[in-house]
Amino acid sequence: MFVNSNFKKKKTKLSENGTSQQQSMNMKEKGLYGSSMIRIETKNLYVKYGTTIGVNNVSVPIYNGNVTALVGPSGCGKTTFLRALNRMHDLSRDAVVTGKVLLDDLNIYDPKVNPVSIRRKIGMVFQKPTPFPTMSIFDNVVAGLKLVGIKDKKFLNEVCEKALIQAALFDEVKDRLNNPGGSLSGGQQQRLSIARALAIEPEVLLMDEPTSSLDPKSTLKIEDLMVELKKNYSIVIVTHNLAQAGRISDYSIFMYLGDMIEFGKTKDMFQNPKDKRTEEYLTGKFG
Amino acid sequence: MIKPKKTLKQRNIKDRFMVSLLVLSTVVVLVPLLIIIAYVIINGVSALNWEFFTEELGSPSRAMQGRPTGLIHTMIGTAVVDFLALIISIPVGLGAGIMLSEYPDHKLNPYLRIINDTLNGMPAILKGLLAFALIVKPMGTFSGLSGGFALAFVMIPIIARSTESALMSIPWTIREAGLAIGLPRWRVVMSTIVPAAKTGLVTGFLIAFARAAGEAAPLMFTSFGNNYFPRHWTGMIFGPVDTLPQRLYSLAISPYKEWHAMGWAAGIVLLFFVIAIFFTARLLTRKKVY
Ligand SMILES: Nc1ncnc2c1ncn2[C@@H]1O[C@H](COP(=O)(O)OP(=O)(O)O)[C@@H](O)[C@H]1O
Ligand SMILES: [Mg+2]
Repeated sequence: MFVNSNFKKKKTKLSENGTSQQQSMNMKEKGLYGSSMIRIETKNLYVKYGTTIGVNNVSVPIYNGNVTALVGPSGCGKTTFLRALNRMHDLSRDAVVTGKVLLDDLNIYDPKVNPVSIRRKIGMVFQKPTPFPTMSIFDNVVAGLKLVGIKDKKFLNEVCEKALIQAALFDEVKDRLNNPGGSLSGGQQQRLSIARALAIEPEVLLMDEPTSSLDPKSTLKIEDLMVELKKNYSIVIVTHNLAQAGRISDYSIFMYLGDMIEFGKTKDMFQNPKDKRTEEYLTGKFG
Repeated sequence: MIKPKKTLKQRNIKDRFMVSLLVLSTVVVLVPLLIIIAYVIINGVSALNWEFFTEELGSPSRAMQGRPTGLIHTMIGTAVVDFLALIISIPVGLGAGIMLSEYPDHKLNPYLRIINDTLNGMPAILKGLLAFALIVKPMGTFSGLSGGFALAFVMIPIIARSTESALMSIPWTIREAGLAIGLPRWRVVMSTIVPAAKTGLVTGFLIAFARAAGEAAPLMFTSFGNNYFPRHWTGMIFGPVDTLPQRLYSLAISPYKEWHAMGWAAGIVLLFFVIAIFFTARLLTRKKVY
């Protein structure tokens, strides 16, 4: 981690819940990352849109230091599930979430928990790129820092450069960081969104089909990034691309019509699916 | 190919008929407007001289004896009252509009909407009465300040509505992107949504302003009117002050022919002032991002 002590201090001050931050620090020191420690766990999670059920009673662990892929046919609730993991449904009046999402044993839906502090730990990249319209490329990347009062220019420059390199965008934009974010191509905007999410160094990264608007070359770069990042982060990625899930994920969740049908190590699930529906989906019979 | 029921010729005739109807209705709208503008200019242009823009009005005898008289104190008074109205209405209207658009889930939101709609539908003269009761009575004097409030009551609901729709035109996903990087909601609104909607917001302020700048009724018993400059400039804020719409009205109902001409001239100035505001608003709208 490249974070300097100055930033760490500010970040700690920002987070509502000091204990879980402390816990995760300890875990890093003990070298537990990459083990089979559970980072997030859902318990009887339901998301309903009025009478439509988006996610139906899902209980599943997300392991630390691993990439977990969410797969399943269109409309099966992958996006809905992912958005429940960092309280993105809070803003929508139609969506009602019940059940628990535990982040290091803290239920993020506990009324005492501030969703803002949760979202600094659990970052998200959306399916469609969303640069902030009036901001430059640079300001887009460091928005999550600058807008909470971090002004140290040198530090922001470092963060920006590192995040852009990680998101495989740096070489393309390094000479025009002051141009508007909206002036980039669609694929570049998506990598800008990824850089923006990485800049705040979340502990968990949720990605909703992040490469669906990217060309094969940038897709590979983003895949490499995920493999690199999982050393320090836990990653949950929604993907339509089964080959991609096979390449990069350690665990997979197969969803169908809001239900979680199967969860397991990607290798096991892809080779020996336990459920008939999983097998049919993996062999391309539907989806 | 599936044949339409009517022949090409029949459809062409129908098309031409519809287009001529549209042209006709455009003319029906434009002609009265042009007549009004022409009429005001023809009647007022004779009174538009150097003194009109440099002298204060004074007593009717000045005009009747051909001594220098004008409406400079009215134009400056208008600027003062309108400026007060702007600085009162923009923060309040903007705040209300942000609340309406960005916090639809807040429990006060429906009440705010009702209050705003009521204020919007309230006759302008009642807004003058409201400012009279709230400011003129306690202060014990007519004042530019109370006039500013009365006009602000006209502008606030318009600004709130235009702010709401300007903010709503920014895609919802931008807000989610802001929240997803752990920004508090108000920070997302102030740093990403408001700047993106800037042009639309300013256009809304200008349209509300143009609307209020032409109102005479709310000023009758607030800023009241004054034939002279106040002795000290603060008198424009804390004492009775002249404004163009209200002066236009009192010149028009006066029994003096010379003042009638000045009334028309005041109409020209007001007309071009309002047209200039709308024109600026149009120019801004053209460069809108969203
Ligand atoms: N805002 C919403 N309002 C109502 N229903 C929704 C909404 N968003 C998603 N849904 C429904 O929830 C189900 C799951 O959708 P989603 O999570 O987007 O699926 P996926 O990401 O797997 O394609 C679908 O049936 C969809 O129609
Ligand atoms: Mg989806």
